[in-house]
Amino acid sequence: MCRIGAIKSLDYVHPSIALKLMQSQQEGHDNSGFAMVMQNLGGIFESYKHLPTLSMACTDDGIKIAENILHEIGFRRIVQWSPQVNDWPGLDISAMPHYVFETFNYPYAYESLGKKKKQELLLDTRLRLREALEDNEEGFVYSFWPDLITLKEIGDPHDIGTYFNLWEVDDRFTAKVITAQCRQNTNYDIVRYAAHPFHLQGYTILANGENTFYLKNKEFQQGLHRGYIGFESDSQCFLYTLHYVHRQLGWPLRYYKHVVTPLPFDEIEAREDKQQLLAIRQSLTHLEFNGPNTIIGLLPDNTLFTCCDAKKLRPVVIGHDDRMVVISSEICGINEVLPDRDWETDIYPNERETVAIDDNLEVQRWKQ
Amino acid sequence: METIKVNNTTVNDLPWKIIYDANRCTMCGSCVATCSFKAIKMKVERRRMVFSEGDFPEPKAQFSAVPVISQVDSVRDYCRGCGMCEKVCPNDAIRPERNPDTRHPIITRCLGGGSIKRGGRKNLEGGKRTLDSIRVGRISQMTDPSLDAQRHTFDLLAPFGRILPPGKLPFSPNQNNELVSNDTTPPVNWIYPVIIGDMSIGALSWRMWEAIAMATAYLNEECGLPVRMSSGEGGVPRRLLRSKYLKYMILQIASGHFGWNRIVTSMADMIEDPAGILIKIGQGAKPGDGGLLQAGKVAEHIQAIRGVPKTDLLSPPNHQGLYSIEESVQKMFLSMSAAFKFRVPVAIKVAASSTSVSVFNNLVRDPYNIVGGFFLDGIDGGTGAAHEVSLDHTGHPIASKLRDCYLAAVSQGRQGQIPLWAAGGLGKTGDLAADAFKMICLGANGVFSGKLILQMAGCVGNDMGRCNACNTGLCPVGITTQESQLVHRLDPEKAAQNIVNYFLAMDQEFKKLMAPIGNSSLPVGRSDALISTDRGIAERLEIQHVC
Repeated sequence: MCRIGAIKSLDYVHPSIALKLMQSQQEGHDNSGFAMVMQNLGGIFESYKHLPTLSMACTDDGIKIAENILHEIGFRRIVQWSPQVNDWPGLDISAMPHYVFETFNYPYAYESLGKKKKQELLLDTRLRLREALEDNEEGFVYSFWPDLITLKEIGDPHDIGTYFNLWEVDDRFTAKVITAQCRQNTNYDIVRYAAHPFHLQGYTILANGENTFYLKNKEFQQGLHRGYIGFESDSQCFLYTLHYVHRQLGWPLRYYKHVVTPLPFDEIEAREDKQQLLAIRQSLTHLEFNGPNTIIGLLPDNTLFTCCDAKKLRPVVIGHDDRMVVISSEICGINEVLPDRDWETDIYPNERETVAIDDNLEVQRWKQ
Repeated sequence: METIKVNNTTVNDLPWKIIYDANRCTMCGSCVATCSFKAIKMKVERRRMVFSEGDFPEPKAQFSAVPVISQVDSVRDYCRGCGMCEKVCPNDAIRPERNPDTRHPIITRCLGGGSIKRGGRKNLEGGKRTLDSIRVGRISQMTDPSLDAQRHTFDLLAPFGRILPPGKLPFSPNQNNELVSNDTTPPVNWIYPVIIGDMSIGALSWRMWEAIAMATAYLNEECGLPVRMSSGEGGVPRRLLRSKYLKYMILQIASGHFGWNRIVTSMADMIEDPAGILIKIGQGAKPGDGGLLQAGKVAEHIQAIRGVPKTDLLSPPNHQGLYSIEESVQKMFLSMSAAFKFRVPVAIKVAASSTSVSVFNNLVRDPYNIVGGFFLDGIDGGTGAAHEVSLDHTGHPIASKLRDCYLAAVSQGRQGQIPLWAAGGLGKTGDLAADAFKMICLGANGVFSGKLILQMAGCVGNDMGRCNACNTGLCPVGITTQESQLVHRLDPEKAAQNIVNYFLAMDQEFKKLMAPIGNSSLPVGRSDALISTDRGIAERLEIQHVC
């Protein structure tokens, strides 16, 4: 099984906390990787929240290919940060030669254009970079989005932390939201893109579980949006459905749960909003999930949420204090990060619930 | 000694031979009275027995007249192998036996000068079916646990009606972050994934049709299974049209429009909408051919329901006045939808064909979102009457064509917008749940079944030439006849009970198939759940080949 975790804090926190959160759950995962998405960035990226940051792992040639493309489109680099790595012998890590976190100014032609146009440009650029770097695995482009950084690597999470110097707390590399997962895809081939969290246009998803409607989801999603590609993991379907429901259709987050685990028909019939719920079940039936799973998601406005399958076959728990909320597959992870919290206020969401946390750390529980 | 007359029809020319044991026969006459085909008769045989009484051979002859049962040597009144004689014989003295040396297909044409007609299904290629080489092979284990068929809840429902693409749903969020509707959406009914039909009152006896209607109502009202029955082309009794049970009926309109006079004139008195309208363009058992009800079956009550005199009732092979698919969408669908004020979904039924995907594409791309279901009927479907050459030699198997249509929808991102319903020999081996489940995994939303329903009620016909006499009006079990004496052989309540029980068993079996793949709603299009031991079938249907 996977173990997933997320931290949302009023203060900027260092990724070492995410490592601690996941490390204590290591008996539940297989220590085969570490991946995280940081959003609402602090430290060196804090001044550039409105500008896109590229997160990429690549070879020497990969850097050149990517920079040529970005230059050709007209992106202008303003910040570049590469983690200082500890390439010590004996570390269990299959590292790529370069890790690049670069923040860019938009091309001049786009500066006066609206947010939507810029967002489409960022997606198109990421897809183009990904395609260009795919031959010979010259590089992996994980995200290209404002105020967001993605890191993914194969190996032992502890050693990955050591390699990237993530155990040493500093205030240069921080964020108010961090989502993390410690396992490579074990169902299929080990592919860097297959590790959660997955990101698309400000939406991030990580999941513990399986999606037995993978084929149905995939066949439907691949025609819905140009950004719905890859499908290296059945969990990517969770992300694309979130993106489609919330961004493309413009529906409130609470309807995500109605799409992925619709209510039984007899319960829908008893509802006042049965017209909408039935129509959702009909028109989005190929986006329904089946199988055991728990999802943690992150929206562009920093809202963090969790929900799970309709039979509650995978665990999740939410703990919090005044300054921080932590979502975790296992309680031991929360105990590690928030040992002094009032554990009686921990939340164990049920199979019909979505729990969402906004920027004020207000926790909302929506019954489906 | 008689001269051999080789062109005379004799019983060894016929498809079935009566095996009769005079020693066991009590001459009760039950078999002769029972045989609706008049294929056996009583007669007196002259017997000569030679015997000798003394120590030395002194042969004497004794003549006697013995009453016996004898097979009729006629190509009209011939034995169909239905076995009713065997069923009623108290002494096991008589039974039909298949005659592998029959010359029936040849001499019938030679003597009659006309095409052979019969009922039933295709009687060729009786070997292994496509669905029998497919298994549900994706079993949940370990991290993805199987469900418990007894404990968990399952949603066993399928849509009937046009489904909008998500981007066209007329919803927007209000101030409370709730989706509100700004417009209407096409009507959709969620029903059980097995529809009964579509067999007309006329093709069936009134008792059989009533038994199905009773079973349908019982399944809905008492068992909680929202099963729907299609009327077939031939109308509906007025009493039913005016009752609350109309909501369980799908009204069919075919090229003869039989029965629609009554339906239209009953509209003002309807207290419920029907479950749907099914426009029949074609039928899998006799593609390209219209319905056929021979005059012998057009009894008085059939004349009344259909509004016709006693004559052969031939539905034209196509709807007159329809020029193209586009026109059918505009004219028929709109007029049928308008008739019920757009509250009732309207679907189309066609015979599976090499061109099915083109037809489906035309319908799924229609910009008016009218067509509410694509019913695809394969070659193994049954019929009450058809020319044998059509039954045996025209048509298209259902599995690959259903799959083609689903994949055509997938390639356009339109899967689910027009629900796919498949039929044509499903449940032929008795396991409808398994067949239906496999078809659903291949992309069907649901299936429909006719012949099997009759077999539940007592039909003894099969695909190896047994009985198949639905066209004659002489159905020996009272199912496809309007002869009062024969109809009364069928106990409608017992037939209804059998249908209900079969559906209850099937419902359990659906759950036993959904549980191991870990799904609580129907796995439409989950071809990854299927495997096949046949490489050709696996490749054609795009499922995993295993060995």
